[in-house]
Amino acid sequence: MSETSSESRSETQSNLIQVRDLFYARGERVIFNGLNLDIPRGEITAIMGPSGTGKTTLLRIIGGQVKPDHGQVLVDGQDVCKLSRRDLLELRRGMGMLFQSSALFTDLNVYENVAFPLRVHTNLEERLVRNIVLMKLNSVGLRGARDLLPSQLSGGMARRVALARAIALDPSLIMYDEPFTGQDPIAMGVLLTLIKGLNDTLGLTSLLVSHDIHETVTIADKIYVIADGEVVANGSPAVLKNHSSARIQQFMNGSPDGPVPFHYPADELEYDLLGAP
Amino acid sequence: MLRFLRVLGQEALESLQTLGRASTLWVLALWGLPKAADVPLAIKQFYNVGVLSMVIVSLSAFSIGAVISLQFYTQLVRFGAESTVGLGLALTVLRELGPVVTALLFAGRAGSAITAEIGLMKTTEQLSSMEMMGVDPLHRIVAPRLWAGFFCLPLLTLIFCVIAIYGGALVAVDWLGVDSGSFWYGMRDGVQIGRDIGNGMIKAVIFAVLVTWIAVFQGYDTVPTAEGIGEATTRTVVYSSIAILAFDFVLTLVMFGDFK
Repeated sequence: MSETSSESRSETQSNLIQVRDLFYARGERVIFNGLNLDIPRGEITAIMGPSGTGKTTLLRIIGGQVKPDHGQVLVDGQDVCKLSRRDLLELRRGMGMLFQSSALFTDLNVYENVAFPLRVHTNLEERLVRNIVLMKLNSVGLRGARDLLPSQLSGGMARRVALARAIALDPSLIMYDEPFTGQDPIAMGVLLTLIKGLNDTLGLTSLLVSHDIHETVTIADKIYVIADGEVVANGSPAVLKNHSSARIQQFMNGSPDGPVPFHYPADELEYDLLGAP
Repeated sequence: MLRFLRVLGQEALESLQTLGRASTLWVLALWGLPKAADVPLAIKQFYNVGVLSMVIVSLSAFSIGAVISLQFYTQLVRFGAESTVGLGLALTVLRELGPVVTALLFAGRAGSAITAEIGLMKTTEQLSSMEMMGVDPLHRIVAPRLWAGFFCLPLLTLIFCVIAIYGGALVAVDWLGVDSGSFWYGMRDGVQIGRDIGNGMIKAVIFAVLVTWIAVFQGYDTVPTAEGIGEATTRTVVYSSIAILAFDFVLTLVMFGDFK
């Protein structure tokens, strides 16, 4: 008994997030069907999988924005599914999240966007707020853009500002939702460098949701591949590249046809074009 | 028949769920005393919701007051009773048109703006990002708009009534030549502060709660797509208008219902 509890304690110490037996359905559609995964502290973990497998939903469940039907989601030992609204808001102060749309406040300029969490959660003097904001903006290379409005930023710049805002309160966990989608090669390279650099220098735990394989394998320490509501493979990028499953190979190599068929189920083409014999 | 009953039951359940969500939003947003840091947020919303609605409310009030005076005059002058134009105008505006028209204008101008703004914030994940920063959007975004609506609509109604009466006076007294003394004294003698002005303001407060609640909830509950925002904004104006007119009838019946 005591062995089991000490085992689970050591798991909690080495893993910042533990997901156990997660079930979640949206209407008739099952999104997660008994999902289990562990996110180790201090590493970059990527959640990958085809579109529509619930990767973003998983981030929202971890952040407590979506309640699962069943299961346990432990973040730093606390089950987010059982926390009250107030405790959940408290827990989220230690999390940062980079949304796919950047989600900058459109009525505030870049400086005020980054200062927002500091102003709400701390009583720091304006001089200190200014120093922190400028340091965070400097770390993403946008100190000079402090007076611009979100509408004046390119997609890549907006994502970097959102990243600066996400790390404003020095969180222990940062979650990235499809950070590379719609980015040009330069912006993508900048984001890769930033995600890796911030994770290593600030000692963060990073959880990255993406289906951009080539970019993700260059920075991830561990990858989970999700399909049909379950983890179908996990391991380091090298392990997954040499995985024996044809399905994982198709996904990792981006092959258009394979176990996941190119065609949506349909009758034979001849029948559709020429009619049934 | 069974299918009809099933659909009816489903619709009723969905309506009850919506009402439940709207009530929860109301309670969670207004729970607890406002903090000092919330004051600037509320002031900004007072400006957006109240001050920016003043132009349309003032212009409409002037126009409506002028038209009512004109209509009363053309009918009453035939009986030599044009001296009662002032009283008729005041009662019409204070009891009915002031609260109702201001609330309808408010729903179209401020209510739709509140819904669209909150709906867009939801669509662009600004509300979600706020939640993930440990900030409750119900307190930060919803509550200031609710308070602003509650206070601004009754104030706008007062402004409407004053301008409408002055607009009416301009037409009746300065243009059509109704005696100034009988216009203003008739009004002073006939209008009761509690029964007419008081009841009119009670209506304004009730409409303020209805319109702001509908607007905020429709924005917060919107389907996060461009089409969803459009539908939510339309629903705000339609639901608010129906609610205002339906409640106005009931309130008039309760307040002035001693019809013989």
